[in-house]
Amino acid sequence: MEGLIYLEDGTYYKGEGFGKETTKVGELVFNTAMTGYQRTLTDPSYKGQIINMTYPLIGNYGISEEDYESEKVHAFGIVVKDLCRKPSNSKSVTDLASWLEEQGVPGVQGLDTRMITKRIRNEGTIKCVISTEGITVEQAKELCDSTELRGDWMKEAGVSEAKVMGDGSRKIAVYDFGVKGSILTAFLHRDCTLKVFPYGTTAEEILEWGPDGIFLTNGPGDPEEATEGIEAVRDLVDTVPIFGICMGHQVLALALGGQTYKLKYGHRGGNHGVYDKDTGRSYITSQNHGYAVSGDSIILKGLETTHINLNDGTVEGMRHIRKPIFSVQFHPEASPGPDDSRYLFEKFLKFVDEGRDK
Amino acid sequence: MPRKRDLKKILIIGSGPIIIGQAAEFDYAGTQACKAIREEGIETVLVNSNPATIMTDKGIADKVYMEPLTEDALIKILKKEKPDGMLAGFGGQTGLNLSMAMEDKGILDELGVELLGVNRNSIKKAEDREEFKKLMLEIGEPIPASTIATSMEECKEFVDKIGYPVIIRPAYTLGGTGGGFAYNDADLKKYATRGMESSAIGQILLEKSIAGWKEIEYEVIRDAKDNCIIICSMENLDPVGVHTGDSVVVAPTQTLRDKEYQMLRDASLKIIRALEIEGGCNIQFGLDPVTGDYVVIEVNPRVSRSSALASKAAGYPIAKIAAKIALGYGLDELTNYVTQSTSACFEPVIDYIVVKFPKWPFDKFRTASRKLGTQMKATGEVMAIDRTFESALLKAITSLEVKCDGLRVPYVTNLDDDKLMKKLADCDDERIFCIGEAFRRGLATVDDIFEMTKIDRWFINKIKNIVDMEFTLAKEKLNKNLLRKAEAMGFTDSEILELSGVKREVLQDMRLYHDIFPIYKMVDTCGGEFDAATPYYYSCYDTEDEGVRGSRDKILVVGSGPIRIGQGIEFDYCCVQGVWALKELGYEAIIMNNNPETVSTDFDTSDKLYFESLHMDNVMNVVRKERPEGVILQLGGQTALNLAPDLDSRSINILGTHFSNIDLAEDREKFSNLLHELDIPTPEGHAVTTREEAFEIVEKLGYPLVVRPSYVIGGRAMQVVYDDDELMRYLKEAVSLSTEHPVFIDQYIVGKEIEIDGISDGKDILIPGIMEHIERTGVHSGDSISVYPHFSISDEVADTIIDYTKRITKALSIVGLVNVQYAFDGDKVYVIEVNPRASRTVPILSKVTGVPMVKVAIAAMLGQSLKEQGYGTGLYPRSANYAVKVPVFSGAKLVDTDMVLGPEMKSTGEVLGIDPNLDKAIYKGFLAANMHIPTEGTVYVALRDYEKNDNSADIIRAYNAKGFDICASKGTAEFLNERGIPAQEMSMDEYKEALEDRIQLVINIPTLTNHSETLGFAMRRLAIERGLAVLTCMDTAEAFLKAIELKQKNTDLDYRLVWE
Repeated sequence: MEGLIYLEDGTYYKGEGFGKETTKVGELVFNTAMTGYQRTLTDPSYKGQIINMTYPLIGNYGISEEDYESEKVHAFGIVVKDLCRKPSNSKSVTDLASWLEEQGVPGVQGLDTRMITKRIRNEGTIKCVISTEGITVEQAKELCDSTELRGDWMKEAGVSEAKVMGDGSRKIAVYDFGVKGSILTAFLHRDCTLKVFPYGTTAEEILEWGPDGIFLTNGPGDPEEATEGIEAVRDLVDTVPIFGICMGHQVLALALGGQTYKLKYGHRGGNHGVYDKDTGRSYITSQNHGYAVSGDSIILKGLETTHINLNDGTVEGMRHIRKPIFSVQFHPEASPGPDDSRYLFEKFLKFVDEGRDK
Repeated sequence: MPRKRDLKKILIIGSGPIIIGQAAEFDYAGTQACKAIREEGIETVLVNSNPATIMTDKGIADKVYMEPLTEDALIKILKKEKPDGMLAGFGGQTGLNLSMAMEDKGILDELGVELLGVNRNSIKKAEDREEFKKLMLEIGEPIPASTIATSMEECKEFVDKIGYPVIIRPAYTLGGTGGGFAYNDADLKKYATRGMESSAIGQILLEKSIAGWKEIEYEVIRDAKDNCIIICSMENLDPVGVHTGDSVVVAPTQTLRDKEYQMLRDASLKIIRALEIEGGCNIQFGLDPVTGDYVVIEVNPRVSRSSALASKAAGYPIAKIAAKIALGYGLDELTNYVTQSTSACFEPVIDYIVVKFPKWPFDKFRTASRKLGTQMKATGEVMAIDRTFESALLKAITSLEVKCDGLRVPYVTNLDDDKLMKKLADCDDERIFCIGEAFRRGLATVDDIFEMTKIDRWFINKIKNIVDMEFTLAKEKLNKNLLRKAEAMGFTDSEILELSGVKREVLQDMRLYHDIFPIYKMVDTCGGEFDAATPYYYSCYDTEDEGVRGSRDKILVVGSGPIRIGQGIEFDYCCVQGVWALKELGYEAIIMNNNPETVSTDFDTSDKLYFESLHMDNVMNVVRKERPEGVILQLGGQTALNLAPDLDSRSINILGTHFSNIDLAEDREKFSNLLHELDIPTPEGHAVTTREEAFEIVEKLGYPLVVRPSYVIGGRAMQVVYDDDELMRYLKEAVSLSTEHPVFIDQYIVGKEIEIDGISDGKDILIPGIMEHIERTGVHSGDSISVYPHFSISDEVADTIIDYTKRITKALSIVGLVNVQYAFDGDKVYVIEVNPRASRTVPILSKVTGVPMVKVAIAAMLGQSLKEQGYGTGLYPRSANYAVKVPVFSGAKLVDTDMVLGPEMKSTGEVLGIDPNLDKAIYKGFLAANMHIPTEGTVYVALRDYEKNDNSADIIRAYNAKGFDICASKGTAEFLNERGIPAQEMSMDEYKEALEDRIQLVINIPTLTNHSETLGFAMRRLAIERGLAVLTCMDTAEAFLKAIELKQKNTDLDYRLVWE
């Protein structure tokens, strides 16, 4: 199978195609993690994106039943250097290529993924066509030029109907922009009942359920496009404790009058050091975001920065100076990646418990 | 937390001599630590007895004590220097043990010295089996069922409970000395006894065996603020059961899911936190491939071989950061040295794969068992970086210098099917070649091999890919796609030529026309996410070339490859010195090497580092890429020098001595003729192809003779023979004589061996010093004790040596370094050997005399005359000190190897004893070599007939006069009694018993060596395993008397700086 990656600036790379024979247009991003491709591919935050894996050997341990972040692959495609077709791990039920074929997602292997990563680093995330069905470069160009990338994937990445999960003593409302399974699991393991609300739910509808706390999830796309979400959150800030992760963090900032901006090439991987101003310590974090909250914009909006990225100084976390509201840009639930910051779930639930005791 | 301001002076403990399990990695770590501390404006004081290291050189630490790493020395130095802090975590096990001793004795408290980086508690908790077990239970980390034993009864009790197999590990040892697997009572007795003996505290750990599980390692760093990061994860290709030092290791882990990876990562952080280590540590896990359960195997609470590997693999300077942390810095206050813009508090990501392959000494120790187990046997290692496992593996294999161009070695290729499969199952150093061969012959499937080896199928599949490519190359017509694919998979040109049958020109032209050449990618710690400033490269066949050829004049230094017997860290010292000298002269200094343990492959040593195999293909690719003004081969030992013919034939400028003269010096016959022309005596020698011829030569030359084969078949190589019987036996047993494989027979000059190192600019020569060996000729110069300056030869003899050296140097037009070895039989001076390259003694002479030999040599190679350089010519004025080099053997590690001095080198490292008084220098040398110097008790003596002479009698008499009882073998006892020396005859059984209490020293000059069935071999082994000194040359025994005398007198030693 032929594989083609066509970038909007006209460059293209040819390799070997695998997975589904198809063509997709999306945003080309890179991920530097050395493990966790299955969780990455099934993370709804990657909806609309084609992931260029910096680590060259992908597929080594196959696909397991246990490593899903949602029920399906959300990414639009994957680019790797050296695909492993004979995986080895006792949990593996199939190999990456066969699985992607079932999932209807294309992949291209044999490309210099380090070079592509460096391109993205220098030029920013790029619109890209991935094809495994033998289309010509001209066809790819045409397709690329005629496709407008969407920024509102969060509207459909999550559940379409509200659903209740678990039977813990705390009631946590989850505003779903495309939540990762590991986040839900983190709550379910901590004595929580969850009600996951679809995108577009109003504050009223959520409060009707009588939650002890509200969680704003991760999700794909440009946070500014999440207008209904932003509005709902604005109406929730004076009710119960709120915790946001990734998109949830950005939406929170926007709801309170802050601003977000697009990073040149995003943070995607599992190795960024983040400094926590409160503890004076640093944690290695799992990251996946293309937008960030502007640190200056949240001053005087009742918010303060709590976490800073050690590499580029961007905002990695914030809290309300008076209310039990806080959020982080990185992923404390890890999966994939290091889980040094899982303590944040405890912190949120402490707020929730304090609120209930009142 | 900024650094502790009260630290003004810090003492750093080095690791001492190189032995198996503690090698060049500590020079690398120590050098980084010294540099990291010094740049903070803190005064650094270094104690290390190993002269071959970069760390003991001028300019690394402020003050250097090249003194024995003994408690006495350290206490005195601490008292004299009164440092504010002491760093012990960079000196391996030696450093930790010494620091513990200092704490135990209350010295640190008394002097107010703060132990930095590690503390007593962490060391104890990590290293004491019981404490470790307790701690793991406390924090809920799983460990295999185990018990601590100090007696056989305790061992039995445990095994009765949990059953076999069990693994035995002694507490407080290096490189797993004395450990092993027991499958039955007999094994248990053997390994438990040995383990208890080799443990410093007579303690062993018995543990349920988890052999066959995946072995995974994490390198972790923690700071005082409790920030923790993982630098690198590593997966051993060989499952649990093979010492990690003897395993093929890849980085990062390949077969672990994210969940498994994070599970072990979490455990690592938990463990380093519980141990409260401030700095680096290595944690080993066993992971059950079926259930995903894991156990913690072991923790090294300090930098180690693995951390050197991890540093090079990830590009993250662990030792440097660990040193900064020891000073009080937090990780998040430090900068990533590679990107120079991002934080040091992050986890490096790798966008390539690293393969480490061990280098074993079995080519030298031909009788040693090649079987791999829990006791480490490798002397060094190579590392390769590439984009796929197949290519990284093949690169690593071609870095080993085992005369192979791919996954095939002749010995394995020539085995019959049964022997091959047996060898495969046996788990020895050639297993990977056996796997390849089994696939080649279709003898086994991936599953079969998995069942036999428990190596993860992922690796086995990849090895099969290599063999499949071999078949493709043999079957299909070579075209550009196939060629590119094969090259990308790591196949060398020679291998492609042989398999495909195309002509070299065809291959060359295909490469040129289709532009099939490697490109170079950068090691940058971040997978390309940030701009990196470090010029650290590896080759691969991929799209984007990141290698940018600089505009300055450049010179390529070819490194010395893995540490092995006969080619140790001293050549890395020379390469590093060379690179620094080139930088100083304004050149762009480029180095290529494949050894992850060394300073030469540190990212900031050279202007540009190519981490590459030193196979001719790879060297040529770098040369093609960089087009340097010249290539320097004379610093990288024989490894680099062996490239000379090929580079010369391609008209590449080899700096220094011209290739034709290198060739002349290395060709026995041509060189012999040259010496005749110069009228310089040299031992007469002939090549013989039949026994008759051999005995004709005997007629002419007379005994003793040095014999050696031109082709080694196993068994012995070089030997001194004293009579017809011995010669006959040698010709019969050791070699197969034929016209194709002649045997060389040389006159053996009995006498003094003298050695010089010099530097020539083509006109003049500078000789920093003359060294005299303690042992007579016939002992390899690497294994003899040598003394600088010469102390017994007359001025006349010294003058002759200088004269000969000058004439030879001139005749060979030597430019750069040269080493000449001489023999003096009391009458005449003979030239034994000329090496037109850096030698083992260059670092020693450089340090003792203060002449920066490599720097002077580099300047000479680049056209500066010696006269211009200001160090003078001729013999350099002697230093005020004597310097005694004492070799160190790793005898305890290789249980089936005979550590008898002879013409073949066996030592793995060396130490230096320095003192203005010769006897004290000798004493210090023996102390530094960690030899047991007795002051009373019994000396056991067994001498070969040839040694039953006046000289020997005098020496033994002197031992007797010093109060030692003498026991001896039957013949030797008779001989000694005849000479009026009271000696008691002793049988083997009595000897064994006496070893337990009475015998303190063994002097044994054997006839036959390396014959494990002989009584003598067993006797020597038993003594070595009990930590006794076994002296196998009368000259050593004589010198040893001086050490005994000084110790008996309780002589106070002064410990001084090398340079005041």
